[in-house]
Order: sequence, then structure tokens, then C-alpha cells
Amino acid sequence: MKLQGLAKEVVKQRWGYYFILPSFVLYAIFFLFPVLWSMVLSFLDYGWWGTTFVGLDNYRSVFSDRIFWIGLRNTVYYTLGVVPLWLAKAVIIAALIFPFRKGIQTFFKAAFYLPHVTSSVIISMIWLWIYNPPFGLLNYLMKSIGFEPVTWLGNTKTAMPAMIFMTVVMGGGSSIVLISAAMNGIPPYLYEAAEIDGATSMRMFWKITIPLLRPTLLYLTVMGTINSFQVFTNIYLMTQGGPQFATTTIVYQIYELAFSRFQFGKASAMAMVLFAITFVFAIIQFKWLGQEVEY
Amino acid sequence: MLVDGKRTEFKHIISLILLVVLAAAAVIPLYWMVVTAFQQPTLTVTFPPEWFPSNPTLFNFQRFLQRPYVWRWTLNSVIVAATVTVAQLLVCVMAGYSFAKKEFPGRDLFFWMYVGSMMVPSQVTLVPLYITMSKLGFINTYYGLILPAVAGPFGVFLMKQFMSSLPTELIEAAKIDGCSEWNTFTKIILPLSKPGLAVLGIFTFVGQWNEFIWPLIITNSAAMRTLPIGLTLLQEEVPMQYGLLMAGATFAAVPMLIIFFSFQRYFLKGVTVGALKG
Repeated sequence: MKLQGLAKEVVKQRWGYYFILPSFVLYAIFFLFPVLWSMVLSFLDYGWWGTTFVGLDNYRSVFSDRIFWIGLRNTVYYTLGVVPLWLAKAVIIAALIFPFRKGIQTFFKAAFYLPHVTSSVIISMIWLWIYNPPFGLLNYLMKSIGFEPVTWLGNTKTAMPAMIFMTVVMGGGSSIVLISAAMNGIPPYLYEAAEIDGATSMRMFWKITIPLLRPTLLYLTVMGTINSFQVFTNIYLMTQGGPQFATTTIVYQIYELAFSRFQFGKASAMAMVLFAITFVFAIIQFKWLGQEVEY
Repeated sequence: MLVDGKRTEFKHIISLILLVVLAAAAVIPLYWMVVTAFQQPTLTVTFPPEWFPSNPTLFNFQRFLQRPYVWRWTLNSVIVAATVTVAQLLVCVMAGYSFAKKEFPGRDLFFWMYVGSMMVPSQVTLVPLYITMSKLGFINTYYGLILPAVAGPFGVFLMKQFMSSLPTELIEAAKIDGCSEWNTFTKIILPLSKPGLAVLGIFTFVGQWNEFIWPLIITNSAAMRTLPIGLTLLQEEVPMQYGLLMAGATFAAVPMLIIFFSFQRYFLKGVTVGALKG
């Protein structure tokens, strides 16, 4: 009986399915199916020479690969460097523009958003030029304030920080827009009441603004972490993972394995590991940052 | 007056100075790209650098545009970005309408599946997609460049968010008047979703124009590259010619900057609507 009711409802609401059909067909072919296939591929030795089931061999090969662990460490290093700095930058800028009138706010939002409409290829090329050891802008600045020039991308100690610095300087545009929108949603009477009680602006920022921004900050942290874990274009164009694997990341290795060495099985296994790590991170962050705050 | 309804205070001036410094850090690299592009090639490597070229030249641009394939790459980028945009709009406006206004069994399940997939790293699908495309013979074709890009769940999500704010009463009224489902969609819903379509269209076009990893993988002949991939081919030349590279980068960036300045409002709107929360 229940099933009959459901069938009736499905027929009655058939237009709902018709309207999602084109989208769903594309989604199934180009997303769902590839995700499932990727899981299967990670258990196969796949190539033009034939396909064999190899069980967990690809995963064993990933976990016993020294370079994979270096890549994982670098990816975590990059993420731990980028996400807090970029988020802090966005919160500070959103808080700084908040009191100004709308025209000024929009001007700054647009300025910070500008790098987001520029391809990461172009951003990478510009920074390759800025980091150029003999002729780049950065070493010119270093020399003019009395420091020795640095081979930013050619030194194992500075290569990754240079990548992080560039991402933080150019990033944050859309987060600023989001945080500003959330700040505008905070009822002004909270601040007025706090002001009457004699709270300083700093205190109001920490006790009112930050706690009420929590959902937005949570969302941005999760999305920022997911994006940072997938860093590829900058690495591919600026350092190719070097020097001495100092900037090799998981996604860079997935690319190398799949499209330079055509080890599709091992590349898929590594992609699955990345998927799992991203998933765990997202859950931890939701749990940790999602807790209700007590006032 | 800097602040609404209040006197400008000392702390506002400090904020403003800080903001200008931070914004300059984000914008100066782009400015530096343009300066290098217009600079005499011989002066690119002299010190101190000129912040404003004393003797600007179009030489770098001329050399860039005379390179083989540059116009072909531009054409490819236009074709791919435009086609993906139109296809996305069609597919997403329908799906978004259905998710926002229809009540069919399994709707929420489907919708959360779409949302969940935005969290899956795109590298997970890279290898299987590449294999599928090569089996279909789509390597080095527009099909290969375009088809996977149309399927993105983000557009559906964005349109659903927009459509949810449309008044349901209109749809019910149309139903009572005997309007067919399809006519309700084309005559009532489509005209009302123009702002949403504008936002999605702009985001998709810019995103596709700048897309890197998929075109890098799916094409390997010089003629089928898109502009960003083409630029990286110039970068691999030795010795690296920064004037030429920056002219190419400027050439690829300017159309997007024009779009941004013309439709700034839509960008800022799209960021807020396209977020899961807020």
C-alpha cells in the first residue's frame, strides 16, 4: 500500500524529475560514475597492456612510497600555513571596512576580489617573475632595505613559505564579501548595549562579532582546507614539486603518477587517500567549530 | 564623509591606511604584470625597476600575437567558455527550479548528493574521466573540453538558492489558470530568474576561461590548447622572456577584468548566494 502511494506521488510529481533529468544525466556520467570508477581503479593494475585485479597493492605502494609521505607533510604544511593566515586576513579586513560607508566598502571588496578573476596560471607567472632571484621585484625590495637577495623558490627552506605567502597575499577576496555580509546580519543593539556597559571595541569584537560569525568562519575553514589540500597549479608552474621535493604535494603527485607515468591504479589509490583525508578533516572541523557557544 | 552619520575619527584614518596597504599588496602584482608587458624588453632586467614605464612600447604584445597558435588558443578559450556557460545555464536553471519549487519523492536526497559532491576533491574524477574521454575518442576535441565542465553541481546549487526566493504563489496561480508545466517554466520562471542566470553565467564564463587542469590533461596538440595552457608553453621556453610572458598574461587577463568591472555587483552577490551558509 505504501509503495503504491509512493508510485502515485512519483507519477503526480513527474515534472520535478523531468526538470532535473538533463542535469542529472550529465552529473551521473561525468561525476557519479567517475567517482565510483575511481574507487574500482584503485584496486586494479590498469593500462594499455591489460587490466588485472591487484587487491590492496596500489594502496601498499602508496603508503610505502617515501615521496608520498613527503607530499602529505607538504600538503598539511601548506594548508596549516594558508588557512589560518588567509582567514585572519579576511576577518581583519572585513572588520576594518565595516564602519565605512557603502561606497568605500564596495571599493575595497572589489580591490581584494580582483585577483580572483585572474587565472591561477597568470598569478603563478606573475609571482615567478616577482620571485626571480636576480631581477625580481621582491629581491629588489630586499636589497633596498639592506638584506641579501634570496633564491625564494630554489631553496628548500623558503620554497613552501613563498607559496604560502603568495596565496595569502592574493587570496581572501570572496571570504571578505561573505564575512561582511554576515557582519551586517548582526543586530546593532548588541553593540549598543555593550557600548553602554562600557565595553571597548576590541572586547566587542572578541565577545560579539567573532562568536556570531562562527557559522561563516566554520564554512570558510572547511572550504579553505578542502581547496588548500588540492593545491596544484602554482606548484606545477612554479616549482614542479622541487627543490628536492620541498613543495611536492599530494595532488601534484596524483598528476605525475597518472599523466606522466600512466600509473592509473596507483594514482586512483592516492586520490582515494586524499578524498578520505579531506573527509576526515571536514568532519573534525564541523565537530570542533560547530559546537554551540555559551555566553 | 567616510562613515555614515558619524564624524570621521582618528581610528578610521588608521583603518583606511591599513586597508590601502593590504589592498595594494593584492593589486600590485597585477599592476606589475601590466608594467612589465609595456616595458622595453631591455629595461625589464635593470635596476631600479620603473614603476611607470618611461618609454612604453607595444613590442611585447606584437611579438606575443605573432606567435603561432595564439589566436587559435584565444578562439578555443572563447568557444569553450561560451558553450559551457550556455549549456550550464540551460541545465542548471531547470534543475534549480525543480529543487526549489517541486516536491517530488527523493528531492532532498538528490539535492544533498549534489551539495556533498562539491566537497569531493576534483582529482578523484580526473583519471576515470580521462580514460572515458580517450575511449570515446574525445582527446583533443571540443567535446572533451566542454562536456565534463557542464556537469558541475555548483551551478545547480546556486540556481536553487536563487529560485527559492521566488514567490510560490505565482506558480500556483499559473496552475489554476491552466498553464502547462512547461509554459509555467518558460513564461513565468525564466523571466524572473534573469538575475540568477546573470550571476551564474558570469561565474561560469570566468571560471572556464581561467580553467587549467582539465584542458591541460584533455588536450595535447598545440592547436587544441586553451589560452592558459598556451601561456604555460611560452613559459617553458629558454631563456624565459618576462616581457613576452607578461604581455600574454595581460592579454588573457584583460577580458576578465573588463567583465569584472562591468558586472561587479553580480560577482559580490554571487559569492553570498553561492555559499552554503550565510
